[in-house]
Amino acid sequence: MTMTDPGPTGRFGEFGGRFVPETLVPACIELEEAFYEAWADPTFRAELDTLLKDYAGRPSALTDCPRLSEELGFTLVLKREDLNHTGSHKINNVLGQALLAKRMGKTRLVAETGAGQHGVATATAAALLGMECLVYMGEVDMKRQELNVFRMKLLGAEVTPAMSGSRTLKDAVNEAMRDWVATVEESHYCLGSVMGPHPYPYMVREFHRVIGSEAREQINERHGRDPDVVTACVGGGSNAAGIFSGFVDTDAELVGVEPAGGAAVGDGIPGVVHGMLSYLKQDEWGQVLEAESISAGLDYPGVGPEHSHLAHIGRARYEQVTDAEVIEAFKLLPRTEGIIPALECAHALAWLSRDREALAGKLVLMNLSGRGDKDVNQMMEILEL
Amino acid sequence: MSTTASTHTPGRLEATLRAQRDAGKKCLVPYITGGLGDDWLASLAAVIDGGADACEIGIPFSDPVMDGPIIQQANDIALEAGVTPESIAADLRGFESPIPLAFMTYYNIAYRMGHERFAKMLNDCGVSGTILPDIPMDESDDWISVADDNGVENILFAAPTSPDDRLARTGVRARGFVYAVGLLGITGERKTLAESAIKIAARTKDHTDLPVLVGVGIGSPEQAVEACSQADGVIIGSTVVRRLVEGQGAGAVRDLIASYREALDTAFPGSS
Repeated sequence: MTMTDPGPTGRFGEFGGRFVPETLVPACIELEEAFYEAWADPTFRAELDTLLKDYAGRPSALTDCPRLSEELGFTLVLKREDLNHTGSHKINNVLGQALLAKRMGKTRLVAETGAGQHGVATATAAALLGMECLVYMGEVDMKRQELNVFRMKLLGAEVTPAMSGSRTLKDAVNEAMRDWVATVEESHYCLGSVMGPHPYPYMVREFHRVIGSEAREQINERHGRDPDVVTACVGGGSNAAGIFSGFVDTDAELVGVEPAGGAAVGDGIPGVVHGMLSYLKQDEWGQVLEAESISAGLDYPGVGPEHSHLAHIGRARYEQVTDAEVIEAFKLLPRTEGIIPALECAHALAWLSRDREALAGKLVLMNLSGRGDKDVNQMMEILEL
Repeated sequence: MSTTASTHTPGRLEATLRAQRDAGKKCLVPYITGGLGDDWLASLAAVIDGGADACEIGIPFSDPVMDGPIIQQANDIALEAGVTPESIAADLRGFESPIPLAFMTYYNIAYRMGHERFAKMLNDCGVSGTILPDIPMDESDDWISVADDNGVENILFAAPTSPDDRLARTGVRARGFVYAVGLLGITGERKTLAESAIKIAARTKDHTDLPVLVGVGIGSPEQAVEACSQADGVIIGSTVVRRLVEGQGAGAVRDLIASYREALDTAFPGSS
């Protein structure tokens, strides 16, 4: 069985685990116990479902793309996580974790963010539940995504720049972990992807499972069958994990799309950082390499351990696209369907566009995990319209 | 509380620290960043000259999550200069240390190299132990078994958040000494000694006969003496490395270590 409970060791095959300082081990164990208990509790599930429905706007739509499908030569269907409150799939996980943190008696949420989507979602949940919120964001990313920095502040969160290393997502994770080590008694680390120490990869995937479950039902209702291909972009891999989990037991091919400059599955080798054993871009001595991607949300040298496992056993495959391909693909969806995708999602579109011949005639489901409003400033400088 | 005796044979690190404790004295273990400056061995010599009982040598890692700004900065400087685990080991091969040494680094350095090769590297360059803060005992069976086979002493951590059952297991699984984390937080100097430092030292000692040293958050000889009201010794890192990063040189480091030595020996003169 794949994409089920990894058990007490938090292992997906050989990947995963809990590689954190002793100070944090008891907190991880406490979180694991609290999650299992809450996830099995109908009251918690009902409370979360209500928030997802009445606050976040679930279920998210499934959208057919007749004009782009015609251009590409296969049937493309989008799962519209971009329509969620705060503009991406991130809200699913954050509402789950914030409710859980509150249930555990924590008063403060700490988060890392790359493009700012997870930071905005966390700030939102903190405001909703009356919790304190501090978001670490790489200094480089704060410049690339100043709109999201403003949104977080408006939502009452404090945004602290990560000044070390590459000053991007990887370093924001380091700072968030350092904060958590110092404030573990009152803080919950609201990790934004299917990564980190156990139980995060499992818990975050479960909070995003709703994407795959809804999509499975919706696509069967509309197209009368499961898709041939399910695809999503992969940085840490949370939106991909969410949609894959709905189709891992079907015949659908699962394809994650990584940025060529941050392809942990494609170019990495197993390593340990940020609490997990997973594919990692690193040098011959084990120093973690800096990722380079046009998309701040995918600018990460590692990947969630379950993706490493899915790749290792051959259940999913991981393609790479270049920044240049992404820039071209970014223009596709607005022009043909009137939807501006997040740059992260443009990675999946770039692969679909490049491999269109191999996909001819197929039914392809893509997770449109976020909207592109946050990226228009950056793209204005690149695209001459 | 019962103390669980470990059945292993003490290595050089443990034997040295035990001897110090048996003499009624306290252990002083400074940290320096390996490869920080071309003359970093002079820093090591200064630490020894100042009266350290053992020394931690940091192998720089790109993502040191347990470390504060000073040690991060030292890491970055060394990495930019092209320092590698192997270059640090090569430097140490020509250095006959009169005190036991331990490598302090992060697990991926050992994992990437491979456990066997990492252990052999330690043996080859005369380093007795390892301190790997991001591999708790729950994940460390494979490494500890290779370390034990090669006579490498793998130090484990006790944290203020560790419940008693974990402290008991730590006492059995640790080699060399137990590193008691003085506070909730990352490495760095603090103005006052956290109450948690004395508490965790006492709690840890209830569960192990190994020497228990407090590290993280000790920034003055007075704080070291205070921590040693319970602990068998202290680890001082950022306060040493800050002087190196500021370019104060080996002399300043020697004087600093000597001031800690004097304070500890005055407060705990031993039973001679």
